[in-house]
Amino acid sequence: MNQTVRPDDLKPQDLQPVDDYGPLYAAHKKVYPQSVSGTFRRIKWGLMGFCLGVYYFLPFVRWNRGLGAPDQAVLIDFSNHRFYFFFIELWPQEVYYFTGLLIIAAIGLFLMNAIGGRIWCGYLCPQTVWTDLFYAVERLIEGDRRERMKKDASGDPMKLERISELVLKHSIWLMIAWWTGGAWVLYFSDAPTLVKDLITFQGPMLAYVWIAILTATTYTLAGFMREQVCVYMCPWPRIQAALTDEWALNVTYRYDRGESRMSVKKAAELRALGQPAGDCIDCKQCVAVCPTGIDIRDGAQMDCIQCGLCIDACDTVMTKIGRPTRLIGYDNDINIHRRQEGKPPIYKLVRPRTIVYAAIIAVVGGAMVYKLATRSLLEVNVLHDRNPIAIKLSDGSIRNAYTVRVLNKHGFDRVIAIDIEGPANSTVHVVGADSVTPDRPMIVIGRDQTEELRLLVTAPEENNPAKSIPVKFHVTDIGLGVVASATDNFVSP
Amino acid sequence: MADHTEVDSVSGTPTTGHAWDGIKELNTPLPRWWVITFYITIVWAIGYWIVYPAWPTISSNTQGLFGYSSRADVGVELANLEKIRGAKMAALATASLADIEKDPAMLALARAKGKTVFGDNCAACHGTGAAGAKGFPNLNDDDWLWGGSLEQIQQTLLYGVRSGHPKTREGQMLAFGKDGVLKPAEIVTVANYVRELAGLPTRPGYDAKAGAKVFAENCVACHGDNAKGNPELGAPNLTDKIWLYGSDEATLIETITNGRAGVMPAWEGRLDPTTIKAMAVYVHSLGGGK
Repeated sequence: MNQTVRPDDLKPQDLQPVDDYGPLYAAHKKVYPQSVSGTFRRIKWGLMGFCLGVYYFLPFVRWNRGLGAPDQAVLIDFSNHRFYFFFIELWPQEVYYFTGLLIIAAIGLFLMNAIGGRIWCGYLCPQTVWTDLFYAVERLIEGDRRERMKKDASGDPMKLERISELVLKHSIWLMIAWWTGGAWVLYFSDAPTLVKDLITFQGPMLAYVWIAILTATTYTLAGFMREQVCVYMCPWPRIQAALTDEWALNVTYRYDRGESRMSVKKAAELRALGQPAGDCIDCKQCVAVCPTGIDIRDGAQMDCIQCGLCIDACDTVMTKIGRPTRLIGYDNDINIHRRQEGKPPIYKLVRPRTIVYAAIIAVVGGAMVYKLATRSLLEVNVLHDRNPIAIKLSDGSIRNAYTVRVLNKHGFDRVIAIDIEGPANSTVHVVGADSVTPDRPMIVIGRDQTEELRLLVTAPEENNPAKSIPVKFHVTDIGLGVVASATDNFVSP
Repeated sequence: MADHTEVDSVSGTPTTGHAWDGIKELNTPLPRWWVITFYITIVWAIGYWIVYPAWPTISSNTQGLFGYSSRADVGVELANLEKIRGAKMAALATASLADIEKDPAMLALARAKGKTVFGDNCAACHGTGAAGAKGFPNLNDDDWLWGGSLEQIQQTLLYGVRSGHPKTREGQMLAFGKDGVLKPAEIVTVANYVRELAGLPTRPGYDAKAGAKVFAENCVACHGDNAKGNPELGAPNLTDKIWLYGSDEATLIETITNGRAGVMPAWEGRLDPTTIKAMAVYVHSLGGGK
């Protein structure tokens, strides 16, 4: 993203020739974010508690689905190819619901970006949430910014007190990381049973492997990589830079009000004389609290995750020196320029972009809800044999073969009868049918099962002059009287 | 890279000398961990070359320290698969053909197994969908030279047709013309007679009586009095609408003149008995079975 250069602070863009190309790599500058309190910090604590609470405890929520079905509210059952989410049970062929979810997630991200910039990054991204949690632990054990800097700079690492501090910190980090990996595997199996199995070392090897992998990644990413993930590894900052527009609210330093920076005393003197004075006292609190170690006063920049902690820090200072808050706030450049020109700021959260995003979300979400609400528990799919597409029998009649897949999504066995509406006087034969009442093959479909049947439809020679005649396949549940239908074609050679 | 690099006054970072639409690319150094990770991947790659088969040599390739081969891996996986399927396949091995067809689970297994094996062994002649071709029977229809019951299909699969197997199915269409048994004129007459039997148009003015006589003297032994064929000898029914080699006059004359003797290999010994069972059920369920 371009650096914002203040209009009143423009330097000539004269570029100086240099001899070397700079260093091969840059050493990591450790960031020591200071603790802060305020509105955005409270929002972040709240969201962190909510997100982690859902993640860690959701697998233990029960949901009664009746005999033989798992009673875990959220379960990805790979071995039986089922996905359970409270009252929803999805089959593999309904994977398009996930496509819908992915579309909603992507457009949701775009919508968030159009309204409030990278609010995903600052508040909801797992990297932010866990890093924030790890920082909280670090702060609790090693102290705040200044103490941590001092300990890292001059503290004797071999001192017993320091060692015990570090051991404690890393142990707690590892415990959080381990629980993070542990919670993950619980989504794939009955949670209470798996917990018991894992504790008694009876759990599946795959579960231990995944716990180990996710423990390692959580510990590394949240404990050590931290802002490096956002700055160097994550593609979203680059993508969102191309998605954003001038109306999106971003964490912004209002240089129109802040500049030029000066001491409280000098500003008071100037104001007494009726002269303009900047509100920024260059206390660098916004820099001290920043988890990515940037100076927001340099303008919008890629490294900024827009968590709003600098807003809290600046507000605290502004309150202390008796100046209005929100010298740093969610705003945009247009409003800064408007203020400079003495016009009131305007906020356009409803604009074509946000309307379109919201509409896409509504349409996709609506389609998913509609599909869920009208979801049938008996389904039939028909696939016409392609090779050969039609067969001539010895008496000249024509036969077409179909693969018919019947889905019984009910929790009990069902007796299914198969009827067709097709060419006149045609007969239907189901390979392996359980019983056949006159012209009505029947078959038993097990509960929660899919049955693939081979259907042969034969039409007498005189009845198939047309190249292609539509055929309807009706699958009737004898017990419930429910009918599912599918259409295909009967083809003559 | 350009000769002159510069320092960007806003960020204090040197540029690479590249410029697009007036925007200059900063030569921002990579983070140290990134560079170290890059070096580790290089070391990893070298280790990989040593441990696994990697470099081509003139006629082969380096084998790697552990002698790893993906072919051996596949072998192990196939053996595991056989083990997993063992119980189900054992059920197939003991069940009778009719029982397999009645049990939905066994039928599904036999059809799945049969379909795969068909693709590997039978599709070359009969086509992937078993639709056949000229001289290669369509297995989806209801016309069977050697019988279309489960047992008859199994027997054909096991021993083949004119395959050289001791139990093979034998019988062939004689070369009546080439061997001098029939004169060309008689062949034309009987060809038209056969077309009449099948309800096909005949050459104007052909002598039906003479045709019937030639047929009675030469053909009924195999094709029967009523020309309905004989599965014991693989003699086709000449009155239906299905013709293995074609039903036009020229083809019939060729058939009668030179004879026909298609070959089906015996699969006993090449496929195990359970697989052949599964194949029989699969072919029977294609729709043509009797």
